[in-house]
Amino acid sequence: MKFLLGFWYILTSSYIKGLVGQALFTFFGFQFLNWLLPENLSEFSLMIGSIIGVIGFLLFAGVLTDWLLWIGGKETPLKHGAPEGKPEWTRYLRPDVNHKVIGIQYGYTSLFVLLVGGLFALIFRLELAQPGMQLLDYQQYNTLFSAHGIVMIVSILLGVGAMTNYLVPLMIGASDMSFPRLNAFSYWVSIPAIVLVLTGMAVGGWDTGWVGYPTLSLIGPLGTMFFLLGFYINGISSIAGSINILVTAATLRAPGMSLFRMPIFVWAALATSLIQFTATQTIAVALTLNLLERATGLVFFNPAQGGQPLLYQHLFWFYSHPVVYVFVLPGLGIISELLPVFARKPLFGYKWIALSSLGIALVGFLVWAHHMFVAGMSDTLRIVFMFSTLFVAIPTGVKFFSWVATLWEGKIELSTPMLFVLGAISVFLIGGITGPILGTVPTDLHLHDSYWVVGHFHATMFGGFIFPFFAGLYYWYPKITGHMYKEALGKLHFWLMVPGFWVMSFGQMSAGIMGMNRRYADYDPALGIETQQVLVTLAAFVIGWSVLIMIYNFIASARTEPVAAINPWGSRSPEWQIPSPAPEFNYDVPFEVVGDPYDYGLDKPYIRFQAAAGD
Amino acid sequence: MRKYKHVLAVIVLTVVGTVGLYALFRFVLFRFPTQASAEAVVIDNFADIHFWLQALLFAMIMVIMLYAVFAFRRQPDDESEGPHVHGHTGLEIIWTIVPTAVVIGFAVYSVGILNGLLAPEQGERTIEVVGRQWSWKFVYPDIDNKSGTELGLLVNEPVVLHMWAEDVIHSFWVPEFRVKQDLLPVQNSETDFYVLRFTPTEEGEFKVRCAEICGLQHSQMFATVRVMNQTDYDAWAAEIASKPSLDELEGMTAEERGQFWYTEFGCNGCHSLDGAAMAGPTWLNLFGKEEQLADGTAVIVDDAYLYESILNPNAKITAGYNPGIMPQNFEDQFNNFGWGNADQITNDLIAFIRTVTDDTSASSE
Repeated sequence: MKFLLGFWYILTSSYIKGLVGQALFTFFGFQFLNWLLPENLSEFSLMIGSIIGVIGFLLFAGVLTDWLLWIGGKETPLKHGAPEGKPEWTRYLRPDVNHKVIGIQYGYTSLFVLLVGGLFALIFRLELAQPGMQLLDYQQYNTLFSAHGIVMIVSILLGVGAMTNYLVPLMIGASDMSFPRLNAFSYWVSIPAIVLVLTGMAVGGWDTGWVGYPTLSLIGPLGTMFFLLGFYINGISSIAGSINILVTAATLRAPGMSLFRMPIFVWAALATSLIQFTATQTIAVALTLNLLERATGLVFFNPAQGGQPLLYQHLFWFYSHPVVYVFVLPGLGIISELLPVFARKPLFGYKWIALSSLGIALVGFLVWAHHMFVAGMSDTLRIVFMFSTLFVAIPTGVKFFSWVATLWEGKIELSTPMLFVLGAISVFLIGGITGPILGTVPTDLHLHDSYWVVGHFHATMFGGFIFPFFAGLYYWYPKITGHMYKEALGKLHFWLMVPGFWVMSFGQMSAGIMGMNRRYADYDPALGIETQQVLVTLAAFVIGWSVLIMIYNFIASARTEPVAAINPWGSRSPEWQIPSPAPEFNYDVPFEVVGDPYDYGLDKPYIRFQAAAGD
Repeated sequence: MRKYKHVLAVIVLTVVGTVGLYALFRFVLFRFPTQASAEAVVIDNFADIHFWLQALLFAMIMVIMLYAVFAFRRQPDDESEGPHVHGHTGLEIIWTIVPTAVVIGFAVYSVGILNGLLAPEQGERTIEVVGRQWSWKFVYPDIDNKSGTELGLLVNEPVVLHMWAEDVIHSFWVPEFRVKQDLLPVQNSETDFYVLRFTPTEEGEFKVRCAEICGLQHSQMFATVRVMNQTDYDAWAAEIASKPSLDELEGMTAEERGQFWYTEFGCNGCHSLDGAAMAGPTWLNLFGKEEQLADGTAVIVDDAYLYESILNPNAKITAGYNPGIMPQNFEDQFNNFGWGNADQITNDLIAFIRTVTDDTSASSE
């Protein structure tokens, strides 16, 4: 009976209602426009119908309800807690305004999408294990690798949302975000975006990769349109979410928390949000022009009609390079946040690390054209962007040196989160050292668009996001659930994933330097890279299994493991000074900041709870 | 003294690690293909400096990190905190200034090398390269503008490629030559083209491998590169020169021209003549056959069906194949060839397809 009731709650959840709304609105929107407009605009009708579908999702899911009532002049108080008469967990099935609920919604959605994107990768890695086509045809392969790219990007953006949403208000002593309804909107609008991308796979797929360069994107199958549109809608989530983080961190900090007394992760969240807030518009422009040229014949990129295909690449990378730092800065923040706790030492060079995040964010805006070193730019520009690209190494180097200096002479404790932090440093280091050879144009002439790039990129993503994200999940798991995870399984996960990743990454780079192209459905056995291909595939499966172990660990531990201590890591950070899971409004008693966040080894506290009003 | 013991150990381990990692990178993991061009030597030597830097940085950070983990690991009964060190401005300045100097050095050094790679050379031969889904065409201005699907080069003679694409972006990469350049579709191929220079230095056969995602058969978009000595090159050039000129095309039969178009327009990339499965239906015994279509209907392959299927490939899709795979711009390509028009060339191809039956392929073998 309880099971059936739970099933009923899920069936009537906002996810399902939203999907129904999206389907209905897309269908009727398309039918109406198709009837209204000339026949050669049917793709345009479908595109606008799909946008109407997104509105349908939001309406049916109840994300817009409060705002619509406001238009009608009705007051709507913020609702807190589970709906009346329903269990606590049903909060997660509907638009909730609490930042911790939204953070967790972001988190499990991110993990789910990560598994989907990972599954795509495993399928095409199986195909690539041997030369010749065994499992897939070209169309399926191209769709899978293209979808792997965009699905993983969505997953990472959701993961970034999970970390910043859950942690920033807790860390700065706020009771919630500045705009709770906008916060819910940011999360929920990403769901129809994922649906659009997956729809694209079902209606013919697409073969442009995640970059969607014209003129290929202009002649690709219908799936291309859905992919571009899903990418676009997800950008709305990024912009809305980043505004919230910026305003929250700027206005809701506890008394005494000056900028240089913020937990270091908040600096990372600020730098990330600055990039998201300012760069995402550019990709919106690029995608809009691409979609309109496809659907209506307006000319922007097709040179046969006077367009300029390189224009798209500039607009695209002006967002898509900085967004790489959106992916990695929160992860690097997690590394800086956790190292002092497990080394029992202050963070070495706090101000330098904080400012290096801003430095990376700034320089990150000036390097986009290194993605186009062989695209046909002028040679002068190649040189300018080579200089700016290599400058990224400087703030990144500051982080590495500060991290190992933090470890030096510490009292190092190797719990699972710390293992993942160390793994993250090693993997991000692989990404870091393999970058300059791509940054100097002469060597890039060989390596550009080869598997070297694939290896380098995956190392930066795993080192800058995946490993720190997992470290964070283990570290804050007791905060989120009130239970401790199973340490042995956590360590097993680590010892499978780190060697797995090292093999995968070096294998990819090795294949690339020997002549393996990226985005190839098949490879030429004459290149002599069979060993690499087999090892990369095996390693990918090891990584996949290890992630499943983590998910099992999290699900099983929430039910069986004993209640965790309030502050199991001995952290000085404010969120560990209150019960787990954190109360609805975080701090029943407000605190003020009286010290530095990472003064391990000193008796002076970071925060002091203010005396309750009645005392 | 204890402090210096740790520092000394880290320095020694870093040196050992750097040498070991360099050897691992250079001789096991990061092996370049054959050096078949003058540029390959320059680029590989530069990459070698990168490998040293990679080995040094990787060894240094990993050694400090792992050493710290082993040397400073918390003992089970130790509840104390680490030393209260907040930072060190001198160190921070050093590890900002030194990397800045290194990256500027690398960038300046790269500019010198890049200028050398891009500079025009005396007596370079110009070859035009056209990329299209999913084949390459090479036009030789010094062999009467004759063209072929194979790139023939004279060893040790510098070449400059003038490249453009007909449909979507492609990229010219021969790993053995190291250099790479994208080809974009252009409005006017007389004036807008993308340039790549290199000097092949090793005789042999190599492959152009398209390096920019260009759709369905991107991973099959190869062309043979033949680097030859003077004798072989002259023979090869004579063969290219003997290909039909525009006047000679006029004198050929429709079937002969159709066979020429079959390779000239890259039909051979997707349609076999021997029944082999490729991205498109084979032409063997195609004419007159009853073809099952994807929409469930059937059609007899006749002149009208072939004519429509060549110029408007998405109109009818054979069961088991996907729409959108075959380029839809053959009408333009045919009209722009310089001989005849789309109607004539399409009819030539149909005439050729009629001849591709088991009997003819048996007799030709």
